[in-house]
Amino acid sequence: MLLDMFKTFFKVGAFTIGGGYAMIPIIQEEIVDKKGWVKEEDFLDIVAASQGSPGPMAVNVSIFVGYKLKGLKGALTCMLGTVLPSFLIILLIATVFFQFRDNPVIAKMFMGIRPAVVALIASAVYKMAKKSDIRKAKILVVIATILIIVFTNISPIYLIILGGLFAIIYNSSKRKIEEG
Amino acid sequence: MSNLIKLFISFFKIGAFSFGGGYAMLPLMKETVIDHHSWLTNSEFIDILAISEMTPGPIAINMATFLGYRVGGFIGSALATLAVVLPSFIVMSLIFHFVNKFKDSPYSDYFFRGIRPIVLGLIASAAVSVAMDAYVDIQSVIISIVLFYFITFKNLKAIPAIILAGLVGILVY
Repeated sequence: MLLDMFKTFFKVGAFTIGGGYAMIPIIQEEIVDKKGWVKEEDFLDIVAASQGSPGPMAVNVSIFVGYKLKGLKGALTCMLGTVLPSFLIILLIATVFFQFRDNPVIAKMFMGIRPAVVALIASAVYKMAKKSDIRKAKILVVIATILIIVFTNISPIYLIILGGLFAIIYNSSKRKIEEG
Repeated sequence: MSNLIKLFISFFKIGAFSFGGGYAMLPLMKETVIDHHSWLTNSEFIDILAISEMTPGPIAINMATFLGYRVGGFIGSALATLAVVLPSFIVMSLIFHFVNKFKDSPYSDYFFRGIRPIVLGLIASAAVSVAMDAYVDIQSVIISIVLFYFITFKNLKAIPAIILAGLVGILVY
């Protein structure tokens, strides 16, 4: 069983490119449809908990599914399965990357690739902004965040803590007023 | 403090505060590995990011392995990778054991609604800071705008986009 779990998550880790959201349907197909390890409604709960926790979503999902199936041993096995393919592939690339980086052709290639990275991230911002319903107050928060990160030395950690705490206090007091 | 301990602490922090996917953690990662510790230059950071986009697995893991290797070879890469997933492991263990208590609580929902615009801002600022290094001339700006159009509106995927950009780079520079 543990070996089967390891293999399944290794496959997920090895064949999903593009990070978290791309991995979810593949994990679902493997563990809900093919293996029947988790029921569909439970899987949705697991995804929700994973999205709401820090760290890569696919790793979170694999840890949770591992716990459900085989406790602590299962969680470690599934996590290792998910992480190992990335780790091995990148390790292989990293051993040669810094030698080849100064090669003139490779250097030119990366001159072209760097603006493509901007395009990829900007496109993610565009799609995310379009999908979420962002009102005036929130746009101000987005802009303030950009200005603070780009022009000051304030750590993003403080912004996340502050934003999260503010939202908790604001919404709980709002609810209290509405209820009372 | 030895570099390996710094590496571990840095990536533990990055793992613990990365909400909202790989891109949202880039400002924190940049702050840690470039601004604080000078383990990489800006352009090396972007090149590693590009490779992470093209290889399987979560970007956070790829970046941790790569940067760890740069700082401390094989041991560094294993340590950084372990450190970046450790917060996930701790938090998911807590949720698994106490999940019923969390289920009815509205607080985590408030928290995530609250940080959503901040996460968007963090990703946007990652785009800005990468642009500040990637836009070295008018050609690079044009490459970026054209690719943005095709990625956003014509569903061009990350890997073909990066390969295309690499070829254009060889031709133009």
